[in-house]
Amino acid sequence: MNRLSPFNVVSLTLGFAFLYLPMLILVIYSFNKSKLVTVWAGFSTKWYGELLQNEAFLDAAWVTLKVAVVSSTFATILGTMAAYTLVRGGRFFGRTLFSGMIYAPLVMPEVITGLSLLLLFIGIGMDRGVVTIVLAHTTFSMCFVSVVVSSRLMSFDRSLEEAALDLGATPFTAFRLITLPIIAPAVVAGWLLAFTLSLDDLVIAQFVSGPAATTLPMKIWSSVRLGVSPEINALSSILIALVSIGVITASLASKRHSLRIKREELAAARTT
Amino acid sequence: MAETVFAPWDDPNETPLITFQNVTKRFGDFVAIDDLTLDIFEREFFALLGPSGCGKTTMMRMLAGFENPTEGAISLAGKDIAGVPPNKRAVNMMFQSYALFPHLTVWDNIAFGLKRDNLSKDAVATRVEEMLKLTRLQKFARRKPHQISGGQRQRVALARSLAKAPKLLLLDEPLGALDKKLRQDTQFELMDIQEKTGTTFVIVTHDQEEAMTVASRVAVMDEGRIIQVATPERIYEGPNSVYVADFIGDVNILSGTAKPFGREMYQVDWGGGTLATAASAKPFSDGQSCHLAIRPEKISITADRPEADNAVQGKVLDIAYLGNLSTYYVELPTGQTIKAQTANTRRISRRTFTWEDPVWVSWTATAGVLLDS
Repeated sequence: MNRLSPFNVVSLTLGFAFLYLPMLILVIYSFNKSKLVTVWAGFSTKWYGELLQNEAFLDAAWVTLKVAVVSSTFATILGTMAAYTLVRGGRFFGRTLFSGMIYAPLVMPEVITGLSLLLLFIGIGMDRGVVTIVLAHTTFSMCFVSVVVSSRLMSFDRSLEEAALDLGATPFTAFRLITLPIIAPAVVAGWLLAFTLSLDDLVIAQFVSGPAATTLPMKIWSSVRLGVSPEINALSSILIALVSIGVITASLASKRHSLRIKREELAAARTT
Repeated sequence: MAETVFAPWDDPNETPLITFQNVTKRFGDFVAIDDLTLDIFEREFFALLGPSGCGKTTMMRMLAGFENPTEGAISLAGKDIAGVPPNKRAVNMMFQSYALFPHLTVWDNIAFGLKRDNLSKDAVATRVEEMLKLTRLQKFARRKPHQISGGQRQRVALARSLAKAPKLLLLDEPLGALDKKLRQDTQFELMDIQEKTGTTFVIVTHDQEEAMTVASRVAVMDEGRIIQVATPERIYEGPNSVYVADFIGDVNILSGTAKPFGREMYQVDWGGGTLATAASAKPFSDGQSCHLAIRPEKISITADRPEADNAVQGKVLDIAYLGNLSTYYVELPTGQTIKAQTANTRRISRRTFTWEDPVWVSWTATAGVLLDS
């Protein structure tokens, strides 16, 4: 093990403090007995209990989850199709324009995306609610999926698809049996990205939701405007815990997988 | 009974399995294949040989159906195959990178093509077992491609492409990824499998030794054209151009002008002091520029002037010891260098010549080939 120099220790400490101190404070205060957020009055888990009693929060959480699952699924399908066409379609008319346009929402201010979607929904006379949020989230998260999937497709060995065709598979079968399973990790990563984007979107949901549909970020935002309650801290702590568990599990799984592959390759090379 | 030699290309009654008729392929302005005409016969092991970028891979991809000719026609077993997609052709290909499906086992890789034909489960299993046996892979059926060695992967790729019993098997640099020792073993294995299955093989390679070893006929290509098609022996001993002579093996090229000298005999003024006597069935006119191509192993090296059609004196410039052979680079008074090769047939012998030794190099009138270009 290398010993860290004092400079490295300081920069590491500062960096991590900058990243995680706010979250740490939030988690600590979620166990605060006092109703006043800034005054520590002893350890308690009562706010977690109260959170589970709060119907409004639970409803919002349910709406958010539904929206996130449905919109990220649609975004993954559309994004993968777009990526496949842009990477594999060869040179067709307007390809450069399309590939530029698909990435535009990445840099588009959310306010503008939200506003333009709102105008569209009003224009076509669509009632605002869960459906419009799903549509809006699909729209803006699809480009993220397409970025993730197309970068995987670009490094994909094309001769695998050619081999499948050569062995008698139709282009669709080749995609289904060969391409899709191999790029599956990227597709799953794209789905997860779209899912998280949908989970924490506030701005666009604010624009396109109606009175009947309130997502969790909207609910948190509106409650905070009346003052930060310890309940919100508890809710946020739960979200942080869920996300951490997800990220750690995923990275451990992928690390173990690549280690296993490496070991097996070594073993195969030795037995020749 | 004398065994008949396999030479369908010499039999006018044979119909070829594959014909390229004035095929041209362009990619934009780049001409990959230039007005090419070629016949390949059934059961042949045909090698396309050439430097990278000569169009050999494009020819293979046109046979597989990944590219279509810009002009001309390609037919397989009498049928024009232009526009037929790769999945509808009785042609299979073994890819240079092997292109094994990484998420499928060896067994499923081999079964992939068979399953596309809607065969019954039993028929698929029987055929897969047959291919595993042919390529000696039974022990590895349940492994995935990353769990086997390079040589085994090569055999999986071969088994997978042979499983559907194609009329034609294409092999794109099939042994390029293997080390030298394994490559030699695999070459014989390929020939053996080709003979056993009776499939027509077309192999693309840039390795002339590989092409010479495995092929029944070799086509030497350059810049989208076929320069010469012949058996390995004829390509080596009777190249039709300086390009082919130089591309296949090692060669001395003496350039000069020809002068008829008796029946099918010429004298070549190559600026080497004396005129070189060479036999040639191909006629040359008086004063026509020509090139005399002589393989180094057909040139003798001696201390005294030998009795030979051609002999010139020089001194040893360099010696390349290759173990089985030694190549002497002999510098002539005119500044030209001639390579002479001798076999090291005895284990311990004093080297006859060393650097700076004056020597005679000699060759017979029939040792070389007289070429006009």
